[in-house]
Amino acid sequence: MKNEITRDVERVVLALDVNGEARQLLVAVHKTLLEVLREDLQLTGTKHGCELGECGTCTVLIDGRPELSCLSLPIQLQGRAITTVEGMASGSELHPLQTAFAELGAAQCGYCTPGILLSARALLEENARPSRDEIREALAGNLCRCTGYTKILQAIELAAERMR
Amino acid sequence: MAEEHGARAMFVAGGTDLFPKLKRRQFEVETLIGLDFLPRVIRNGSTECAIDAGVTLATAAHDSHLQAGFTGYAQAAGLVSSPPLRNAGTIGGNLCVDTRCNYYDMTYEWRKAAGFCIKKDGDICLVAPSSPRCWAVSSSDTAPMAIALDGVVGLAGPEGDRELPVSALYRDDGIEYMAKRPAEVLTGLRLRKSANTRSAYVKLRRRGSIDFPIAGAAVAMELDGESVIGCRIVLSAVASYPLEAAAAEKFLKGKRLDQETIREAAELAAKPAKPLDNADLSHFWRKRMVRVVVEQAIQRVSDQRAGFGG
Ligand SMILES: Cc1cc2nc3c(=O)[nH]c(=O)nc-3n(C[C@H](O)[C@H](O)[C@H](O)COP(=O)(O)OP(=O)(O)OC[C@H]3O[C@@H](n4cnc5c(N)ncnc54)[C@H](O)[C@@H]3O)c2cc1C
Ligand code: SF4
Ligand code: FES
Ligand code: FES
Repeated sequence: MKNEITRDVERVVLALDVNGEARQLLVAVHKTLLEVLREDLQLTGTKHGCELGECGTCTVLIDGRPELSCLSLPIQLQGRAITTVEGMASGSELHPLQTAFAELGAAQCGYCTPGILLSARALLEENARPSRDEIREALAGNLCRCTGYTKILQAIELAAERMR
Repeated sequence: MAEEHGARAMFVAGGTDLFPKLKRRQFEVETLIGLDFLPRVIRNGSTECAIDAGVTLATAAHDSHLQAGFTGYAQAAGLVSSPPLRNAGTIGGNLCVDTRCNYYDMTYEWRKAAGFCIKKDGDICLVAPSSPRCWAVSSSDTAPMAIALDGVVGLAGPEGDRELPVSALYRDDGIEYMAKRPAEVLTGLRLRKSANTRSAYVKLRRRGSIDFPIAGAAVAMELDGESVIGCRIVLSAVASYPLEAAAAEKFLKGKRLDQETIREAAELAAKPAKPLDNADLSHFWRKRMVRVVVEQAIQRVSDQRAGFGG
């Protein structure tokens, strides 16, 4: 059937900058960044949700800005800085956002947490004193089905305060 | 390259419209041609502004000159999808975004089970089965605003470069929705206005973020004090192309902007909008809401004139 043909898969060598490390890998050219992070780099902190751009759980930072790894092709990201949730802590020391999320219970099932942490980190890097509405706007692409968002907003405010 | 590969290739800019559709097998192509080489500069002037096609929606939405002088355009860019999608999605991609339909924006398996439609793999329209055409909905937020602000796009293709008014970029057809040739790349957008033009975009959608528009009003008005010198009102998500509300534009010309005039203009603007049952929420309600979004958009333009910002 026309829609079910199998094709030869083209592979390419890619040079990616992931969490400050230069990584070289041979991958199928059509794989999304989400797939490459999870399957080829074993960085499974980035979660796999709708795969269609609607939920935000796969959010990573590209040159410091939140983008969706399920809709990015690594071949278009060579030479750009990719940050995943694994790149948030420095050594064994958690990022203040991570500590605040743990303290306030801003993660329940935790599935949305990596994406939300990264969106929040990008916000706090640009704006050290965001209003609640600015935080809401920054998170407007990240859905959470558990918390009702209040604890998430509070945790980001607490982290912002500690980071100032 | 695009010409050589023909229909087996597609351009990709931010990929935020294309990749979900490739995953759902709404497009089946062998080659993607990345447009990462497109420049990404905004050149602002007081009455004209040139935005390269590769500029992201986030950059356009946050540009302070655009916000001040081409307010409605910055608003429209800032209301597309969600923040992470706007960081990747480009203004060029937004002008070329595929038309949408509840029967089409579904997985391959869903479409196979429901029966394919003319837009992809089938031979009837599931929304209007007696119709020979596809009624998928033009869902770009920035296209109506670009038309209202007298926009012109630059196109580059194998046959050379040309310019086309944005109002001539679309066709009244859910499948062949663009008048641009397939191998032509959209290189940039020029918006034009007079010194006294004010603009606003109002969007209706289910949630405050992420969702595509189910109705939208783009209004640009040239004002002399309280009276309207000229006006463009263009609607999103109510037809297969951005729909210009010509009767309302004509009605407003020369009038003073008071509540009664704004209400009547909105009523006139909503008349030609005929939403079908192929987008989110009920189409009867969407039809009724067109008047409301137009009224709000004209009101916002009027408030800017009074110095309330917006
Ligand atoms: C969850 C979700 C919500 C969304 N909500 C909205 C919304 O509310 N409003 C809205 O308008 N859009 C919405 N979108 C669609 C999309 O994100 C935007 O329209 C975006 O601006 C597309 O830009 P892009 O650069 O990602 O385009 P791409 O996906 O790269 O391309 C889109 C189309 O345009 C063509 N193309 C792109 N650039 C050019 C060019 N320079 N020259 C010629 N052809 C080109 C491509 O071949 C493709 O056919 C949404 C998408 C998702 C996944
Ligand atoms: S309007 Fe009809 S033909 Fe077009 S996508 Fe929807 S069901 Fe298919
Ligand atoms: S998995 Fe990427 S947005 Fe849902
Ligand atoms: S904590 Fe479960 S989705 Fe957010």
